[in-house]
Amino acid sequence: MSGWRHPDLGQAVDRSRILRFSFDGAAVEGFAGDTLASALLASGTRILGRSFKYHRPRGLMAMGAAEPNAVFDVTLDGRTIPNQRATLTPLLDGMQVRSVNTAGSAGRDPLGALDLLHHFLPAGFYYKTFMAMGWMRWEPMIRRMAGLGRVNANWHPPADVETMNAAPQVLVIGAGPAGLAAAKAAAESGSRVWLIEETCALGGTLRWRGGQIDGADWTVFRDATLAAIEAAGGRVLTDTTLWGAFDHGLFTAWQRRSDAPDIHWRLRPSRTILAAGAIERPMWFSGNDLPGVMGAEAALHHLVLHGAVAGRRIILATAGDGAYPVAGALCAAGAEVTIADARHVTPDAPEGVHLLRGTRIEAATGHGAVRRAVLDHKALDADTVLMAGGWTPSVQLHCQAGGKLDWDQTRDALVPRPGTSAVTTVGAANARYGLSEALAEGHAASGGSGPAPRPTVETGWSYAPLRPDCTLKGRVWIDMQNDVTLKDVAVAAREGYTSVEHLKRFTTLGMATDQGRTSNFAGLSAMAALTGRTIPETGTTTFRPPVQPVPLAVIGGRRRGALFNPPRRLMLEGAHKAAGARFREYGGWLRPAVYGTGDEAALALEEAQVARATAGLYDASPLGKIEILGPRAAELLDFTGYVRMSTLTQGRARYGLMLSETGIVYDDGVVLRLADDHFVLSASSSHVAGVIQKLEDARQDRFGSDGVVIIDRTAYWSTLSLTGPAARSVLNRAGLPDHGLPHMSVAETESDCVPLRIARISFTGDRSYEISVPAQQAAAFEARLVHALEAEGGRRIGLEAVMLLRAEKGYILVGKDTDGVTMPHDLGWTAPRERRTDEFVGKRSLFTAEAGRSDRRQLVGLVAEDDRGALPTGAHVVAPAGMRRSQGFVTSSGPAPGAGGSHALAMIEGGLSRMGEVIRIFHLGDIRHARIAPACLFDPVGGRLDG
Amino acid sequence: MQIFPCPFCGPREEHEFLFAAEAGKVRPEPAAKVSDEEWAAYLYHNDAPKGIAREIWYHQTCGTYFLMTRDTVTRDVKDSRFLSEAST
Repeated sequence: MSGWRHPDLGQAVDRSRILRFSFDGAAVEGFAGDTLASALLASGTRILGRSFKYHRPRGLMAMGAAEPNAVFDVTLDGRTIPNQRATLTPLLDGMQVRSVNTAGSAGRDPLGALDLLHHFLPAGFYYKTFMAMGWMRWEPMIRRMAGLGRVNANWHPPADVETMNAAPQVLVIGAGPAGLAAAKAAAESGSRVWLIEETCALGGTLRWRGGQIDGADWTVFRDATLAAIEAAGGRVLTDTTLWGAFDHGLFTAWQRRSDAPDIHWRLRPSRTILAAGAIERPMWFSGNDLPGVMGAEAALHHLVLHGAVAGRRIILATAGDGAYPVAGALCAAGAEVTIADARHVTPDAPEGVHLLRGTRIEAATGHGAVRRAVLDHKALDADTVLMAGGWTPSVQLHCQAGGKLDWDQTRDALVPRPGTSAVTTVGAANARYGLSEALAEGHAASGGSGPAPRPTVETGWSYAPLRPDCTLKGRVWIDMQNDVTLKDVAVAAREGYTSVEHLKRFTTLGMATDQGRTSNFAGLSAMAALTGRTIPETGTTTFRPPVQPVPLAVIGGRRRGALFNPPRRLMLEGAHKAAGARFREYGGWLRPAVYGTGDEAALALEEAQVARATAGLYDASPLGKIEILGPRAAELLDFTGYVRMSTLTQGRARYGLMLSETGIVYDDGVVLRLADDHFVLSASSSHVAGVIQKLEDARQDRFGSDGVVIIDRTAYWSTLSLTGPAARSVLNRAGLPDHGLPHMSVAETESDCVPLRIARISFTGDRSYEISVPAQQAAAFEARLVHALEAEGGRRIGLEAVMLLRAEKGYILVGKDTDGVTMPHDLGWTAPRERRTDEFVGKRSLFTAEAGRSDRRQLVGLVAEDDRGALPTGAHVVAPAGMRRSQGFVTSSGPAPGAGGSHALAMIEGGLSRMGEVIRIFHLGDIRHARIAPACLFDPVGGRLDG
Repeated sequence: MQIFPCPFCGPREEHEFLFAAEAGKVRPEPAAKVSDEEWAAYLYHNDAPKGIAREIWYHQTCGTYFLMTRDTVTRDVKDSRFLSEAST
């Protein structure tokens, strides 16, 4: 118990509002304004979690996004959000907080014994050990022992995150001194500025270090910035993480809101200024992962904002000037502070602080928490060790935007190379750590007029570079979150993984949720030292989005569940519903599957039988109605189709195929010729967009857009398909003209001032009328037709019945009965291939050696040799005897409503020349026998088409 | 997310577009006089240049095919025009 709450300090907390929460079951109190991290620190709770691999106790180490250890599963109001970063999570009353990577609680974890085995668990241990006997055997056990938070698989977060787009003139990322100066200057010159800040408040380091700018308190400068942004029409977003930079200047941000769903922002700024600050480097000594070892800046942050004091006997190890005010503040707050500065020349110690010059920290010791620090071989009692090892600029977004880095020797950091990305980096993110240079750089980046804002007192920031010392005894930690030690880097170097990308993958350095904020620099500088290379020669790993973990629910937004891929709806959906339709999605459309209640297969068969006996009516509105108009319309259709349409006479219809240039059947459908220069192409319901794409390809590329236009009128018309021997009687009873239309013909007419297009086209094998009516007038028209239909003993039928009717006729569905290798002659349709002398899409591909093989899979029918019902769809066809090699598969199967019994369609190697042969059907270990038959089982002569 | 300029609609996000073909390919015809090699080259052989590429793209929302010149390394779009305005 070392952290404590100062009685007065803590400008961000409201002491009048006490919030109660639990940590691993224990009751804890905090104040409004606390983060989970500050509340736990102030409560004296030291062990906040266990490490990923060795289950070592870990405590709070940093602030903001850099925190590697304090990661929790947080439950509030019944919803658990895993892996919340304690430093970024505002405390709320009633939170139940659970540590991660623990078999028990953070304080008592039986798997802590794993740490004793660390000699046997070096980097690469898993790769080497568990591959031998099969990783799958070990994986479940290893996953249980590692792996951060636990997801409640039964809880589905609501799909309530809106995705919003915006195009600010200037985007400023980070609202520290440099960001504020950049935003203020840009706004004052009239630009619409969006200022994005990850934490809950503006100011960055000014919030805890304070200071005067242009002679007044920094908050005056902040308020002036806010006013300027507002006046210029910009926006300020706090609690917002800008997590990714993408192609062509797209930035994504996650805005967290307490009173409303979060927002996913997609920003396309004209200019971007990155002022993301820098991360304080830890120091590298034995036991530097013990609870109680913390970043110095983080300690100041928690002290000033929350009154949470890191400890009572504090050693502050550093080699820089920036940590001296931290020591002064902690001392003034009542802690006993000793500075151990590695340098011999230092500033004076703040009042009351003990200063040891030229002193390096070698170790922190203690069981479960810091008890002592070893400084130059001398042990000193301490409950807290603070580290101020210099700074690492946060350049992730510059690199994601394509930027390169340069090594800045004097500032001991990799900094953005100007001009290599569209992002301008300023302030500490550009290694300008001093307050005046950060303000000046931000001001200049926005082309600010007049003098840059100036601080009244300059802060000292110089530091002597520190590097991991590979000769130190004991275990020195580099990556706290993924449990990587300095020795692991040495192992990687020894085994030849000297590239930083290999080092990362071999040791998992920097691959944890903190993205290596506190560890990457140590890893690459250690590797540089081990291999005798410079830091720029060693390089860095690639930065990829997200900069910070982002919930998938935020990125997914509202495009989940019903809105993931919404189906199109029929104009007559209401009428179908009233008639008891059960809806299902067919090729992107929500359509009636069957009508009524009960077993679906039985209902479908019953509907199909009625359609064969009298008449059935189904909604065929999704059928494509693509109009091709103009003097060259016929020529276009000839080129894009397998069958010539220029020879079609006016008022007639013809069935055709559309091929891709590879000769594969892309779609089938009927073409109507309404006039010499006017065709309607009925593409399959799910292929309309694709067919238009192919038609437009030919039109724009080959015809130069002249002489022909293509219009999609699918949504304009509702289409009702009336089928069955009583179809004509139904039409007559409804008072509609039949016009004596023969099979495969079309007429444009009207009835009661409603324009109609009636086509004699059959997808069932019975006399059929496809009647198209303007969608707005479809409801009344359908009611009239159904009235006549029912009087004649017919009924509405759903898509399942239509599937049975068409299958026993051998009518195909492209994509179900054909696949990505099916050519037209595989369907038995050879005439155009053999006879057409003109050019058409896919023609040349029909004459390759592959296209000419006699063992191509061909469409046939199958009749079961047993009476065990329909053959299973998808079942493989194997040879009558011998090897069990697949020769094809069943594509459609079901009861035959007209012919009786069952019927199947199949694609079988050389099937068309194997009529009558008995083959075996192999399915889930079961073998059945079936006879190869023509695809058309019912009414092969086609007499019923005119019946 | 890249932004492509459709000559008809103006700048739109890349998910509205489909790649159609590399520009400059001429369909070999008539079929009877085209060798397997020529046809295979037409269908499948692409230059996939590193750097400046001339490509035909399709804008799904308006149905326009157009010629786009872009840099496959920097992702800069240099030019986009209707097929009727393209030289080849």
